[in-house]
Amino acid sequence: MNGVIKKSSPLKAVVGSQVSQDEEMFGRAFDGRVIRRFLSYCKPHTTMLLTAILSVLIFTSTQIAFPLVILYAIDNALVKGKLNEGVLEICAMIFCMLALVNYASNYYQESTVGKIAEGVLVKLRRDMFGHLQRVSLSFMDRTEVGRLMSRLQGDVNALQEFLETSVFAIGDLVLLFGIVTALFVLNVELALLTLSIVPLLFIVRFIWLPRARAAFIKAREANSLANGALAEAIHGVKTVQGMVREDVNSELYNKRAKQNLLAHLRAAKFAQVNVPIVDTLTGTAMAIIIVVGGQQVLRSNLDLGVMVAFIFYVQRFFDPIRSLTLQYSFMQRAMVSGQRILEVLDVPIDVADKRDAIKMEKCDGTVEFSNVTFGYEPELPILKKLNFRINSGETLALVGPTGSGKTSITALINRFYDVWEGSVSIGGYDVRDITQQSLGDHVAMVLQEPFLFTGTILENIRYKKANSDLNAVVSASKAVGAHDFIEALPNGYETILEQRGANLSLGQRQLISFARAIVADAKILILDEATASIDSYTELKIQRALAVLLEGRTGLVIAHRLATIRGCDRIIVLNKGEILEEGTHEELQKNEGLYARLYKLNYASFDDAST
Amino acid sequence: MTKVDTHNSIPEKHDGLSTESRSDQFSKGNKLELKLLLRIIKMGFAHRYRMVIAILATAGASIFQLFIPRYVGDAVDNAQGLLALNNSATTNAEEALFFAAFMIVTLSVARGLLTMLQNYHGEAIGHCIGYELRVAFYDKIQKLSFDFHDKVHTGDLITRGMLDLEGVRMFISTGVVRLAMLIVLVGGATALMITNDILLTFLALSFVPFVAWKSSAARLRLRWLWLLMQDRLGVITRLMEENLNGIRVVRAFTAEKYELKKFDIASANILQTAINRVKVRVGSTTVMSFSFFLAMGFVLWIGGQKVINDEISVGKLAEFLAFMTILQMPVRQIGMLVNSFARASTCGSRLFEIIDRVPNVYDTPNASELTIGEGTLKFENVSFSFTKDNRKVEVLRNINFSVGAGETLGIVGPPGSGKSTVAQLAPRFYDVDSGTIYINDQDIREISIESLRRFVCVIQQDSFLFTASIENNTAYGNPWVDDDEILSANQASQFHEHVDQLPLKYKTLVGERGVSLSGGQRQRLSIARGLVTEPAIIIFDDSTASIDAVTERLIRKNLDESSHTRGTIIISHRLTSLMHAKEILFVDKGEIIERGSHEQLISLKGKYFELYQLQTRSGSNGVSLKKGRADC
Repeated sequence: MNGVIKKSSPLKAVVGSQVSQDEEMFGRAFDGRVIRRFLSYCKPHTTMLLTAILSVLIFTSTQIAFPLVILYAIDNALVKGKLNEGVLEICAMIFCMLALVNYASNYYQESTVGKIAEGVLVKLRRDMFGHLQRVSLSFMDRTEVGRLMSRLQGDVNALQEFLETSVFAIGDLVLLFGIVTALFVLNVELALLTLSIVPLLFIVRFIWLPRARAAFIKAREANSLANGALAEAIHGVKTVQGMVREDVNSELYNKRAKQNLLAHLRAAKFAQVNVPIVDTLTGTAMAIIIVVGGQQVLRSNLDLGVMVAFIFYVQRFFDPIRSLTLQYSFMQRAMVSGQRILEVLDVPIDVADKRDAIKMEKCDGTVEFSNVTFGYEPELPILKKLNFRINSGETLALVGPTGSGKTSITALINRFYDVWEGSVSIGGYDVRDITQQSLGDHVAMVLQEPFLFTGTILENIRYKKANSDLNAVVSASKAVGAHDFIEALPNGYETILEQRGANLSLGQRQLISFARAIVADAKILILDEATASIDSYTELKIQRALAVLLEGRTGLVIAHRLATIRGCDRIIVLNKGEILEEGTHEELQKNEGLYARLYKLNYASFDDAST
Repeated sequence: MTKVDTHNSIPEKHDGLSTESRSDQFSKGNKLELKLLLRIIKMGFAHRYRMVIAILATAGASIFQLFIPRYVGDAVDNAQGLLALNNSATTNAEEALFFAAFMIVTLSVARGLLTMLQNYHGEAIGHCIGYELRVAFYDKIQKLSFDFHDKVHTGDLITRGMLDLEGVRMFISTGVVRLAMLIVLVGGATALMITNDILLTFLALSFVPFVAWKSSAARLRLRWLWLLMQDRLGVITRLMEENLNGIRVVRAFTAEKYELKKFDIASANILQTAINRVKVRVGSTTVMSFSFFLAMGFVLWIGGQKVINDEISVGKLAEFLAFMTILQMPVRQIGMLVNSFARASTCGSRLFEIIDRVPNVYDTPNASELTIGEGTLKFENVSFSFTKDNRKVEVLRNINFSVGAGETLGIVGPPGSGKSTVAQLAPRFYDVDSGTIYINDQDIREISIESLRRFVCVIQQDSFLFTASIENNTAYGNPWVDDDEILSANQASQFHEHVDQLPLKYKTLVGERGVSLSGGQRQRLSIARGLVTEPAIIIFDDSTASIDAVTERLIRKNLDESSHTRGTIIISHRLTSLMHAKEILFVDKGEIIERGSHEQLISLKGKYFELYQLQTRSGSNGVSLKKGRADC
């Protein structure tokens, strides 16, 4: 079939995800729990908030007062027969002063609300982030980072939209209410007639809104699907070219872009259909005022100024209605986001310091597991009544097939989780009795995947001890053999690692994470498969670094390469959460158990023989 | 839909793209590029009938709107001026009122309908342009060769393809149409008012230049602050993402406080920018309203005096005030207009920079189809270098080898030796500097890239899988393949057993919303994907690194059965993966320093032998973990 280009449309091909990733949806517009929680965030700003609301009221009153001043001027200064000296000047002056009050109150309310909103958002984001630093790792294991990020960003942004406009919503409501009141006070009959068209608007909106919203959501989904497909093409471009999928993809993407276009055209239609309706209603209301009001004026039943004021009010009447509809959907979105944010804030903290937790100053480096039972899912223990002890300065190797519980042991020493039964102690203290901060001071870790942070190499190496000086960093790097390549980089230790060190090789990144562990200067060092995914050359380097690293420390090494394991003082062979064998390399060989068997098979790695 | 005009500006061929942040770019290149804007407008005019409707509707809507104040004024005069007159005049006045009311309704309806047409078609043109640009951008991304993608951040391309595209798309509706509307409205209003009273016209319009200036100045500043905000949000996003991904490291080093400190600094920056934005925004909008109301106050005062002095009627005064209300909105939106121009200009230049780019690897004009014949791949004196920071870095020097059908070649060497580059050159992802690569005696630069890549398949080191079913992922290189072939490919790559356990089997989605696969599983799926294309030459570029040795052996056995017609290259640092090859090349610093069969290389006792020792038990007693302890 080589190289045959088939013309029929490809059956087994798609571009991008088929489901929109956009989690956004509309929910109830009001959720008491969410509102209460967020009000507590506004509490520190109560005075500011109250003055802001007060100035909203002042601002709205001035808006309503402008036509009234015009009304008064017309009726008392301009209409023939009612010419009063000086009234016009006073009116104009009042008008200008109203403008000034309007300006001041407007400035105050908008800037105050803006400040409060931004402050609340920053606080909210920090609370979520801070909380995530403390929730148990089992929660973090279960939850995708992407999901948390969409809480931290998407949901916080949705709240921003809402908070920034929430006060305008109050203003709009007051304005609407104020206009209606003004109309009724001025002339009940005319007000009733003019407002008779309003229900019509509501009916139209009622029919229009669900359809329009469906069209908007569809457009947004189409957009996110098209963007998803584009992102995929960008990320996977090398595979696309390697597999010669350009033409098929173009065709599929073209379809997708076209769907997006059609969805947007439809949404645009819905958005615009409103315009003539509102215009027609405004025109009709004005016509009513002119015909009915005008006749009353003619018959001297109505002052001319009132008619003019009516016209001005009606011109403004539909603005608040329009923006309230918009704010209503902001509010719905904000409630959904609020619930999602609360979900994060309310994740319980399983592992916390005891109230009387001790700060462990000194640690002799012993590690002891006594009768430890532990697992992630109820009824499914990973470790079963485990007992072992690592003496001060000793290096222990943990060996065993995948799922035997090696990594869980390291997690328990760090107290990422609490045991179900038994106890884990370091330096003679139960890890639950000491503060997590001091526990961390005595335990350092190197993981299989060398995780670095964006920032300079210097910052990464002194991650644990941000105030250690360059000399300490350099000598740590020299000790692990990282100094030479760091110096060879254009900016040496000040070189910025982009995208978590993507500009370095895996081996180089691992060497940096070794240096980081040295600078942390902890008594207990845990190496969790630290050399697993590295080529033989770097591995040799790292083996040498390991010797330096473990000097004078207690070591726990998880490895599957015999080369690493053989050098350790003692080896524990683990299977299904239980200790199978224990002893030195020589002892285990004599034992003729699993270890000896694997060793005899001449495999370089335990994994090679795992099946 | 017309094709995107891609021949307007001279394609750039320099390396890479600008790497400054968008706010930097904006504050630097804040001049409008007329040529670019014209190019977008030209794209708009390709949709001729929509464009004509949009323009006519804009003009019509604005003119109709301008006549509404006139009838309001007439109505006011009719209602008022004739109070003292007799009954017959009252009937006339009533008729006039009805006429004015009728005209207002008619004008409102017409204005509404035309505004609808104006907005709809303005937006529609934008969406059509957006569609064309999207497709052009997508196609170009797919066509640009590896050297381009090596240098450009994916995030940058995504920003261009999404945000910048929006900026260009919106230009017609928020820029061009709005500008037309503004011109007609202000011009028309001036013309209509000035016939009534020059001084009042002047007063009524006095807020226009101030608001226009304030609005555009604030807008540009806001745009810059917005971009700055995006940069700063980017920082905090990255910080949070890294923290959450590396949460084990953070916890293991008890670095929560340090992380929170970093977060607080980034957060404080954001708060500061956000508050600045609020200040600029509020400062300008409120002062704009103030100037408007102040102008209104003066119109009331001076106009009122003129009414008292009988120079104009009350209706005319009402008309002036109504005009001001009409003008207020569009004038305040001048800022958006200016913003739209600025945005289209920066976004456009970023977008077209990609669309106009020419790939460095392309078909020669009369490239022929590859004929595979015996399928021998031959490297003859191949040298290759990358350009990095304007320096040439030699990667491969004088590489010679050939692989025929049924043969296997192994390539091994330390990291950075250039061994993977061989895999990138064979399908012509890059062009060689000197020397020639032949397939079946055809220079690969003289055959079409498409036919070449159908024959030469590279299974990449980091296998990219797509958000699609396992079936679709397997069939990626040949979507027309039938179920049996998908099954047998996955069986050969030892992936079928795993798929069979999944509830949805081959329909299972891979990625974000579907199953997450381990490194080894991903590699097995990507091997199956390669097999489905039935390539004549298959290159494994370290693509079994995460697969355990036993499974790898099974895969190799499966492949051996079908590989007599296929040339195989295995690139790996694990010797067990390629020990069986007919010939093994040991590459170091871009050169082949040892070559031969496994046995030959072992007996050579050189670099290969050294590596072999490192990787087997016999060589594993190299280092003890404890200094000062005798090695066992």
